[in-house]
Amino acid sequence: MLGALSVSVLAFIALMAVTVFAKAWPSFAHNGIKWFFPGGDVDQQLGAIIQGPKDPAHYNYYLRAWPLIWDTIMTTGLAVAIALVVSVLAAVFIVELAPTSVRRTIDPVVRLLAAVPSVVYGLIGILAIAPWLERAFISEQRKHSVHEVVQLTGSNLTLAVLILALMITPIMVAIVVGALETVPRSWTEGSAALGVNRWRTMWRVSLRTVRPAILGAIVLATARALGEAIMLSMVGGSRAFPVNPLDGTTFLFEPVRPLAATIIVYIDGISVVPLEQTLYAMAAVLLVSCAFLSLAAWAVKQPMKKYGIRT
Amino acid sequence: MAGEPHVLPSPAAVRKARPRDSVGSWPLIDRVAFGLCWTVGIGLCVAAAAIIVFMFVKGIAYVRPSLLIESPQAGASEATSGGFLDPLVGTLLLTASGTAIAAPLGVATAVWLSEYARPAALARAVESGVETIAGSPSVVLAIFGLFVFSRPFLAFLSQTSAGGSVFGRSFLTAGAIMAMLALPLIVGATREGLAQVPGHVREASYALGKSKITTIRKVLLPSVRPNIAGGVTLAMGRIVGDTAIVVILLGATLHLEGAGGPPILSTLRGTGATLTSYVKYNSPAGEGNAPEKAYAAAFVLLIMVLALNALVTRLTSGREGRSDRFLAWAWLPNWRSR
Repeated sequence: MLGALSVSVLAFIALMAVTVFAKAWPSFAHNGIKWFFPGGDVDQQLGAIIQGPKDPAHYNYYLRAWPLIWDTIMTTGLAVAIALVVSVLAAVFIVELAPTSVRRTIDPVVRLLAAVPSVVYGLIGILAIAPWLERAFISEQRKHSVHEVVQLTGSNLTLAVLILALMITPIMVAIVVGALETVPRSWTEGSAALGVNRWRTMWRVSLRTVRPAILGAIVLATARALGEAIMLSMVGGSRAFPVNPLDGTTFLFEPVRPLAATIIVYIDGISVVPLEQTLYAMAAVLLVSCAFLSLAAWAVKQPMKKYGIRT
Repeated sequence: MAGEPHVLPSPAAVRKARPRDSVGSWPLIDRVAFGLCWTVGIGLCVAAAAIIVFMFVKGIAYVRPSLLIESPQAGASEATSGGFLDPLVGTLLLTASGTAIAAPLGVATAVWLSEYARPAALARAVESGVETIAGSPSVVLAIFGLFVFSRPFLAFLSQTSAGGSVFGRSFLTAGAIMAMLALPLIVGATREGLAQVPGHVREASYALGKSKITTIRKVLLPSVRPNIAGGVTLAMGRIVGDTAIVVILLGATLHLEGAGGPPILSTLRGTGATLTSYVKYNSPAGEGNAPEKAYAAAFVLLIMVLALNALVTRLTSGREGRSDRFLAWAWLPNWRSR
């Protein structure tokens, strides 16, 4: 009886995977591998899908989703890179360097940052930080330099990446701190006995020992960042524009809209069958990415078992 | 042997020659790293303080008691758009329905995984299944739910339009998918508790002639009640804060719109809003665009989430073990305070 209930969890996942792929298939089938290629304005293509013929034999599926995928890669990659540096330093601070009183403050702080709902992050970003970013960094000259391809506003890549990094940092801090605390004391004490200072002991001994945990934290944070939809649909700017690093620093202020945010933005049109199938195709891409990340998380956990360290 | 006579240094000199490991004596690069660690630590505190202070300032400026008891209106300006009674009720309803589904399922799964787990291969599969759900984006869960609950045989959970197509969006369907979001947290917390119950407790119960299922019901479950409570509270926090599932599966209508029939069932089968979808609707990125209302609702939302979070800390404080680890897996770090 209990077993049957538990197995229903498995049935749920199997059903989810099958459904999402079955629904997504027409979109992939019509576009082929070019689904993942660049080519044209995604918003126009999605608009054309909504406006397309109502006859099932002539549904319009044309989509080149590269801008969405590229924006997903950029936001996730940059946010995880920032969060990685911040969280490793913060974890060392919490475990080794902070005096007890500071440590007692920073524990709830990290929990709090993890608990704030994404819509609140989005609201603060769009109402408080975006106008300031626009005044401070987006000069007329900068606007003019790209005015033919895109309009710059305060809602842009920088804002999206910074808030996303703030959202995933607590997860990474928690995992790295958890792992650092399980490093055998005799190892760090041995290092200290050799006259190595506290920072270098952390850097050369503890952080090396927990490398798999850091990788695990990266994987989990990436999965979280990939799936973040609401906050990014609010602060990324309203256009599916592939940010272009060739634009120099201006690229930091170009609008982004990753896959998950695009699903949210177009959800109202889901009663249109071809659009529905296109959105399922985006969901399928996300699902596959997350499945690979789960697999990676499992793989990086294995070396930790050797030391008896549980991440 | 010629030379200086060997003189032992005085104890004071020894102490002076071997100073305590102070940061000042570290190599430059280590001192820079030390400074960076402090900067990041303090920076995180400042960021959190800034968020809290900002939201409190905005919240106190815009929250009025009347907002909590008025229904939203489709007004063009801040003055005419009403309060957020309906979203508030929606949040409570959705949290209740999600938890009601997730708690029994989660506890049952955890008990099975910890106490039975036969066949082993199946148990491993269920375990990784729970982790997969924890790793799936809520957007994907939500649009999958929309498909499943639009099937005709599940029409009783939501409304059916005149044309016969099932709407699929209601408190019940959103609650069911929210339960999936909450499941890993409850499973994790319960398993954590069960793992800490020593084996001899079970054996003592068996020695008294109790069956396995009686042992679970009368001995194990009561002893892990605080863990279950912690997991459920954590899960409630997740449900209260999620927006994607509400936007996709609850219809995100401004009012609670019943589906007809008996009063409570009508509301549960109908669509509605929660505080999260109300905030999104009233932000500049939504159609409502009433920032004052958005700030006020976000303030109330934040208070709810923080209260739940504080409750979790209270419920789990003083408990040793791996709870920290599992909660971190499930996105909410909650390591034991040292």
